[in-house]
Amino acid sequence: MTERVTVTIDGAQVSVPKGTSIIEAAKQAGVLIPHYCYHPSLPSPAVCRMCLVEVEKAPKLMPACVTTVTDGQVVHVNSAPAKLAREGVLEFLLANHPLDCPICDQAGECELQDYTFQEGRAAGRHDDYPKRYNPVEDFGPDVLYVPNRCILCTRCVRFMDAVAEDGVLNVSERGDRATIGIFPDRELDHPWAGNVVDLCPVGSLISKDFLHKARAWDLDRTASVCPGCTQGCNISIDTRDNTVVRLRPRANLEVNRHFMCDEGRMHYRWMNRGDRLEAPLVLEGDEHHAVDWDTALRRLGQMVRGGAGTAVVLASGRASLESLGWLSRLLGRYQLTAAVQVPMGDEAPLAGVPGLALRAERAPNLQGARVLGYDAPWASALSAAGTASLVVLLDVSLTETEAAGLAGAGNVVVLGTVESGAWTRAGLVVPVTTMAEEHGTWMNRDGRVQRYQQAKAPPGMAQPAWWVAAGAMATVDPSADTPTSAAQAFAALGAHWPELAGLSYQDLGFSGRVAASAMAEAVR
Amino acid sequence: MGYPHPSHPKETPVLSKHFGDEGARTFDGWVQRGGYAALRKALEMTPEAIVEEVKGSGLRGRGGAGFPTGLKWSFMPKGDGKPHYLVCNADESEPGTFKDREIMRWTPHQLIEGCAIAAYAIGAERCYVYIRGEFTEPLRVMQSAVAEAYARGALGADVFGSGKRIDVVIHRGAGAYICGEETAMMNSIEGRRGNPRIKPPFPAQAGLFAMPTTINNVETLASVPHILNRGGAWYKGLCLGNPKSTGTKLISVCGHVQRPGNYEITMGTSMTELLFDMCGGMKPGRTLKAVIPGGSSVPIMTAAETESCLLDYEGVVACGSMLGSAGMIVMDDSTDMVYQIWRLARFYAHESCAQCTQCREGTAWTTKILERILAGKGKPSDLDLLLSLSENMTGKTICVLSDSCAAPIVSGIQKFRPEFDAYLSGARQPALAMA
Amino acid sequence: MSGTTHGHADAPHAPVFTGIVRARLEALFPQYPTKQACLLPALWMVQEDRGWISEPAMAEVADVLGLTPAYVKGVVTFYTMYHTHPVGRHFIQICTTSPCNLCGAEAVMGALLRDTGCGELGATSPDGRFTVAEVECLGACGFATPIMINDDFIESVTPERVAGILQGYK
Repeated sequence: MTERVTVTIDGAQVSVPKGTSIIEAAKQAGVLIPHYCYHPSLPSPAVCRMCLVEVEKAPKLMPACVTTVTDGQVVHVNSAPAKLAREGVLEFLLANHPLDCPICDQAGECELQDYTFQEGRAAGRHDDYPKRYNPVEDFGPDVLYVPNRCILCTRCVRFMDAVAEDGVLNVSERGDRATIGIFPDRELDHPWAGNVVDLCPVGSLISKDFLHKARAWDLDRTASVCPGCTQGCNISIDTRDNTVVRLRPRANLEVNRHFMCDEGRMHYRWMNRGDRLEAPLVLEGDEHHAVDWDTALRRLGQMVRGGAGTAVVLASGRASLESLGWLSRLLGRYQLTAAVQVPMGDEAPLAGVPGLALRAERAPNLQGARVLGYDAPWASALSAAGTASLVVLLDVSLTETEAAGLAGAGNVVVLGTVESGAWTRAGLVVPVTTMAEEHGTWMNRDGRVQRYQQAKAPPGMAQPAWWVAAGAMATVDPSADTPTSAAQAFAALGAHWPELAGLSYQDLGFSGRVAASAMAEAVR
Repeated sequence: MGYPHPSHPKETPVLSKHFGDEGARTFDGWVQRGGYAALRKALEMTPEAIVEEVKGSGLRGRGGAGFPTGLKWSFMPKGDGKPHYLVCNADESEPGTFKDREIMRWTPHQLIEGCAIAAYAIGAERCYVYIRGEFTEPLRVMQSAVAEAYARGALGADVFGSGKRIDVVIHRGAGAYICGEETAMMNSIEGRRGNPRIKPPFPAQAGLFAMPTTINNVETLASVPHILNRGGAWYKGLCLGNPKSTGTKLISVCGHVQRPGNYEITMGTSMTELLFDMCGGMKPGRTLKAVIPGGSSVPIMTAAETESCLLDYEGVVACGSMLGSAGMIVMDDSTDMVYQIWRLARFYAHESCAQCTQCREGTAWTTKILERILAGKGKPSDLDLLLSLSENMTGKTICVLSDSCAAPIVSGIQKFRPEFDAYLSGARQPALAMA
Repeated sequence: MSGTTHGHADAPHAPVFTGIVRARLEALFPQYPTKQACLLPALWMVQEDRGWISEPAMAEVADVLGLTPAYVKGVVTFYTMYHTHPVGRHFIQICTTSPCNLCGAEAVMGALLRDTGCGELGATSPDGRFTVAEVECLGACGFATPIMINDDFIESVTPERVAGILQGYK
């Protein structure tokens, strides 16, 4: 048992492990100590001086980020001396800081704005002294550096040095001439470099992709999980007017700490595609006709009830546990061959965080799919589909050759988002939601089940694939217990797959839970 | 010796006895003058005994902080098995201070001997001598002397046949006042930007290359052989003022005196005696106006405040300033105080390392305000603003460069306010044109 | 970001750390527990060899010591004695901090700017002989005003002495 100490912070007494910094202990006490250079995932230099607090019996104000608590310590964060010190720091920071708020992307989510509004002077005393000026620099590929706004917190340099272990940034010059620098003919092209934009407390390091795109206060932010690979980094999907404008990492100390890779970060435009399936389609003769959901679900139920023999499911690696599970149950009377499509790419670890990498398997639910029995190799499932009684395609795109290989199959059902290359043969085509348009769960490579939430409205009549499968089951067996919400759809999985037994959405919360027995094997 | 002037009878020449004597530079010359006897003696003692002797002498750090040297040495861990390091701080960049260069260029072996004894006392086998990059003559002289010392067995794997190893490495700085701060110096030796470090950890626990380290000033180390030769009690007895300030101190006197130079006085000597007797007083027709006694990072003293001031650590504090490095800048009545305070602020703004917000922005901002005042464009509220910014710059940063910038500003406004008012009111013509 | 490739329009960077210079650097390695600690000495060697420290030279130092070029540049730009662009054949530094200021340093500075032909601080004289820089305290306050010309430390300079001193530097 680690030794614990008791400390009082702004009147609240807390017990924390010995060696905890005051700034972390304060979080336990519900007190946020304003700070800039401190970050829980970076080494602490204590240079911004914003976190200076009053500690009884200490001769000077102490920096909370590097001062460890001692037993019986009494700390004042909001006493007059501490507040005056912070007011002083803010005034010094604003001395050379340009009044860029009207044109700065950080406005609305800027820590300099926030603290100045909260505790800064009402009016600056810097008068009309000219402010230091340096031109904007392109650090590439996605990052711009605006030196005029930089507060020299050095989070970016420390991230690149200590976490990315790619020391391309430095502090150049000295005194009030200091800026962040990059060596000529180098770029911020490390696969995880985009995190410096999030780390920057002000609008000094900014994303070209997001430049002048949307105002922070216009954004809706939804807690989600990155659909890029099996790592399962926690993210926030930021939307404006039902359009995804940016992905940002969300803190999860067990999975991705505070970071996400650039590939995951930049790969969101597909969530905004307009060329979507919007209505269920039934094949009559040579043509597809739009029908309502009742008709579509009954048709699907007929196909399933009447069938026997082999069925093949070819599913997207992004399909949720709920969708894969209920689809599998719908096809329970078949000899089922089920596979998920897993695009492959290069792995890119983040050296300073063990266990964190952009994974080669670019499928967020690969592990979950395996647990649910979707473990056939893709190629053999494709070839089995050529002679199967029923083939179900769940949000996958096939090449012309692959689609031609389905010619011999009995029935082909497409649960799709966009055109899949196999419509012409499909007796039934229904529109389903993407992960951005539904609630769902995935299991990452470490067996952690994590929820993602709905970030935007689905197009047309699109529904989650689990809803389609459950709805078809209900037409076959009206007495069956079918879910009316994603939470119910998830909770029901445990009865059929013991790895998920006893888990509910409430258990998963916002940081997920490692399923009891589903330790990753073949995924790694 | 008040080189280039001959020693004044009221001086106590110990360290400066051979300033100006070129023969003292060589190994043999130093031995002839009594050198290296202390090192031989030290090697026969235990490290603990040496530390006790230095403790008993009352020697305090001569670089400016005045921390008891023996006590500092005793902080080094014993029997920890880690390499220990001694760093000799020869960065001497504090405005007004020019004593360490004299020790190095006239009596390099005095310093080498002191470093060797200190290294042995703290269990260090290697001593880095960090000499500022501009000190080209001390660098040459020291390099030559170190080579000699190796050749003659005073340094190396088996010093004077004792079986002890003592190595000295000379490390050249490259132009940064802040590297005189002990933790910044360690960073500079390690091949980093000269940024001061947060403490804890303290150098004795984790310093240079994360190993136990002691950093001492040149003058401090140069005093050590004399303490060993003549005993700590002798050194302790050199005291004319407060018993906590013992030994001799090199005072670097510069500015408006007849005979600027280094003067070695017994602690507790009166400042008036130094300025008017030893240094020959003011230039013809001039009167004393102000003195900054400790290098520029201490409060300015008025002429009146110097009158009863004794030169030791406590004595100068009692008169409203600090002894610091004892780089004494003397200003007569021709001095434009506002101009000199601006020039000092400009110095600090140039030397700020840029880590701490208050220092990085505050040194530059206060400089700009003073510049505007000197250009005749200041506002009455500027003085309160300077005092407010100075308070925000004091006691809130990793090192004290920020406080050092504030000290002349605050003391200047407090004690020479009429000179500021003269610029503000337009009574005095601008001294600068605005850029 | 400029579109420079590793080679310049001028001659490509010829390595500094070959032959004798390399040997000198390697002789330092045993004196420090890390190669990084040899950075300041290595940069001095570059400046002694080439007169200034170019970006390709920084990259070379980085390579030799196992550091990144950005890191080396961060260190170079911290210390004022390292030149990051070419300077005159003779680099003059004059101290004007308060102690020297009290003793007429600014007049010496004026004489230097005039007699070298530089005209302003940081500029190189038309004949390429001199660059004059104003620096902070040189640690010779009792011998005001000190100047440095290259590695020569000259004390007690007055405006009248300047022309004569400069004649020694061709």
